[in-house]
Amino acid sequence: MTMNERKFRSAGKLLGTTLLAAGLFAAPQAAFADGYKIGVVEQQLANPFFGKLQAAAVQRAKELGLTTMTAESTVAGDAASQVNGIENMINQGVKGIVLDPGSASALVPIVKKARAAGIIVVTTNTSLEPPTAADASYETDNFAAGVLIGQWAKAKIGANPRVTLIDYDLSDKTSKARHDGFLKGFGLTETSKEIAGTALTQANVDGGQQAMENLIAAHPDINVAYTINEPAAQGAALAAKRAGKKVVFTSIDGSCSGVRSVVDGTIGATVMQFPSNMGRLAVDAIDKAVKTGEKPSGINNSGTVLITDQPVAGIESKDSKWGLANCWGE
Amino acid sequence: MNSSPNVGPDLTGGGASAPREEGWRQAVAIAVAQPVAGPLFALVVIKAVFSLTTTTFLNVGNLSLIFQQSVVIGTLALGQTLIILVAGIDLACAAIMVLATVVIGSVATEGNVALAFVLGAVACVAVAAINGIAVTRFRLPPFIATLGMLTIITAGARLYTNSRSYPISSDWLMLMGSGPASGLVTFSYGSMLWIGLTFLLSYALTQTAWGTHVYAVGSSPSAARLNGIYVDRVIFSVYALAGVFYFLAAWQALGRTPIADPSGYQAANLDSITAVVIGGSSLFGGRGGVAGTFVGTLIVTVLKNGLTQAGIDSLYQQIGTGILVILAVGWDQYFRSGRKA
Amino acid sequence: MSDKRIVMQGIGLSKRFGHVVAMDHADFELASGEIMAVVGDNGAGKSTLIRVLSGASVPDEGKVFLDGEEVHFRSPLEARLVGIETVYQELAVATEMDVAQNLFLGRELRKPGWAGRWFRQLDKAEMRAQAAEHMQALGIRIQSIRQKVETLSGGQRQAVAVARASAWGRKVVILDEPTAALGVRETRQVLDLILRVRDHGLAVVLICHNMPDVFEIADRIHIHRLGRRATVVDPKVVKPNQVVAIMTGALDAASVPSALLAPVAA
Repeated sequence: MTMNERKFRSAGKLLGTTLLAAGLFAAPQAAFADGYKIGVVEQQLANPFFGKLQAAAVQRAKELGLTTMTAESTVAGDAASQVNGIENMINQGVKGIVLDPGSASALVPIVKKARAAGIIVVTTNTSLEPPTAADASYETDNFAAGVLIGQWAKAKIGANPRVTLIDYDLSDKTSKARHDGFLKGFGLTETSKEIAGTALTQANVDGGQQAMENLIAAHPDINVAYTINEPAAQGAALAAKRAGKKVVFTSIDGSCSGVRSVVDGTIGATVMQFPSNMGRLAVDAIDKAVKTGEKPSGINNSGTVLITDQPVAGIESKDSKWGLANCWGE
Repeated sequence: MNSSPNVGPDLTGGGASAPREEGWRQAVAIAVAQPVAGPLFALVVIKAVFSLTTTTFLNVGNLSLIFQQSVVIGTLALGQTLIILVAGIDLACAAIMVLATVVIGSVATEGNVALAFVLGAVACVAVAAINGIAVTRFRLPPFIATLGMLTIITAGARLYTNSRSYPISSDWLMLMGSGPASGLVTFSYGSMLWIGLTFLLSYALTQTAWGTHVYAVGSSPSAARLNGIYVDRVIFSVYALAGVFYFLAAWQALGRTPIADPSGYQAANLDSITAVVIGGSSLFGGRGGVAGTFVGTLIVTVLKNGLTQAGIDSLYQQIGTGILVILAVGWDQYFRSGRKA
Repeated sequence: MSDKRIVMQGIGLSKRFGHVVAMDHADFELASGEIMAVVGDNGAGKSTLIRVLSGASVPDEGKVFLDGEEVHFRSPLEARLVGIETVYQELAVATEMDVAQNLFLGRELRKPGWAGRWFRQLDKAEMRAQAAEHMQALGIRIQSIRQKVETLSGGQRQAVAVARASAWGRKVVILDEPTAALGVRETRQVLDLILRVRDHGLAVVLICHNMPDVFEIADRIHIHRLGRRATVVDPKVVKPNQVVAIMTGALDAASVPSALLAPVAA
């Protein structure tokens, strides 16, 4: 999943969880066309990543002559609206559901019910726990993405690396996969001496900035940074610049704003993910299963491309110009 | 006047600080009389622990950094203090501030900085005033009114910006991030504004009739009403004025992080409440003040800063802050129950 | 009593709530410098009468006169502006504020000169001095004028409320059951305080259930029955059991001497 959405996380986390109960509204909508009907269940559409994924799925369904019903969650982690949406879709007799799960576990029972009703359920962006709870998944291989920037950073920095990792909640699957992938790619373990310090953030600009300020104050020799996403990288880069430190930043997402930061050198390298691929591939898989009976399976990588203007030998990458042409969001 | 002085009601018995009381009760009396003493003590202890456990915590550069990191939360918390003093709460304060930053960012990107600045201010005060109307005119519980506002504003800011962020380039908009600097120490205009606002609000609360009425309304709305205070007007003025503080916080935020990010400062809604509560203001209203909030803000920042530097998992920071909140509220509860008995 | 001047008068006051007639052409009078106790059975309409006199309710019919001039109160604030202060049964003190702040609540003094004019700065020293002076004049002993009201006992809080009303009431102070929640000793202190308020020249309306208290401090007793005034009696002339009998209707009001000053309206 993209890290643009964050849960409330602070002293008053109790309040935060109460907030999640606030906006439980699904907004199913039906469009009428020929062919059978499928459902597209997204996370909050105000996030352009999810918006792009949904639009791609709906577009592809249209091309195939299918009718779509959509539903989405209202805030991060809001599985309840998605459950409501899926219930409506089961009642409406959809043949397949494209699901971007707001929770890896909370949606498992309703998905089981849908599949028992003969509906093909394909997850996108992130999978359920266990992944086999759905028929198949189309998502970014976040571990592979982490490995890519880890390898690139190691080649770029050369000798005497002092590494920092600016994370989001590591109990989050995506966050953990990216973190572990980066360590693997760099050839580090959690306890390696090369790691100067780590910090948890809300994966946004001000969080990245504050974390990096604190890390630089404690470890002025930091020279390479992993960041959970591009806003966090932008904030952290600002902190480094203000402190007069030269730090190589790596990130993951491939939003257009992030790619622009690669253009201006703020971010050394980022890995692009492809929400439109996810939506398109998921609808194709459902259509194939409905028409031929051949069900999709497994976790399928929807694509990871390293974007950098400082390519290193042995690691395949595209430049920022390509990145700007293929990025998502604004 | 004909009765002897001893016949009248004797008001000498109920004091909390009679000399015969034991030491801890005197400490308690001091803490009640000087509400800022408790938080200040906590701050000193936390600072001492970090300066012993890390080598970098106590250097001037880091202390300057702590100050910079406190400015935005601190200014939000001033507005939050006002609202909490009238027994309200604002769960949306940072969301309102973020709305202002993206309004400013989007309009400034079109080229008109002055218009951006004015529209940002209008947005902040208008939204905060709507909260005030919801609480006074429509009698909504502040928790519900501002919770609703939080979700509306957060989603609204995302929709308005299509989730993009706006880099800020205007010197005027970034002014609060600059200021006289010497080596590692920066005394930004944003920090000066924070300190200035703290003094100004402290004056307004303790030296003017309006301030007295704010405390009276928070302490006992029915008593205030029976004494001829227009309770709703006072509450509304508090919410609207908080909007002014949120706007100034937005200006400070753009100075500190010159990117207007609709997903920014999500933790600040609750951090500001935490700062006020740790600073000794009562969630039940009528007790507390901005000096405590100033110290409470520093505690919130110091915990984040110190634990990150000490290499301790940030989740412990959240646990630590949570414990402080519970202690602060428990302390307040203890005294209230003691007093009402 | 003939040397007394009538401060406040109500003539033919009526108030209905739907089909319920809470007050039915009630009359009322209050002379300067006296304590007028208002007694009546539960539901006799005492509260409605007091609400009308203090501005909390607007009567459907009838007139209220203050110093001979007709007045129309639409809110307690309007009554207060012409010199009528009320101490409500629900105590109107702000517990987290000190004694001086409570005495001046809603009527704070600003500093003279530029500090008050331009910076709206309160004159705390002056307010404390005046508050201390007033408390002393009423014989209320106090450790500090800056003591928070929450540290005071119920009787002490009541004393602050009464002191506050007497400080601002230029003509009339209305006290609604001021001793209802108090113990014996505290009741004694508050009754003494009410006497001193009277001695300062204010007219006091005292709503009270406790007949011994009424007979101890009241100068006259207004007996309310079935939504109107049954009569006004002099406690030095009439016995407590007679008052109770009139309240309950067991005794005809005309059978005891009236202490009314003004001729009864038609």
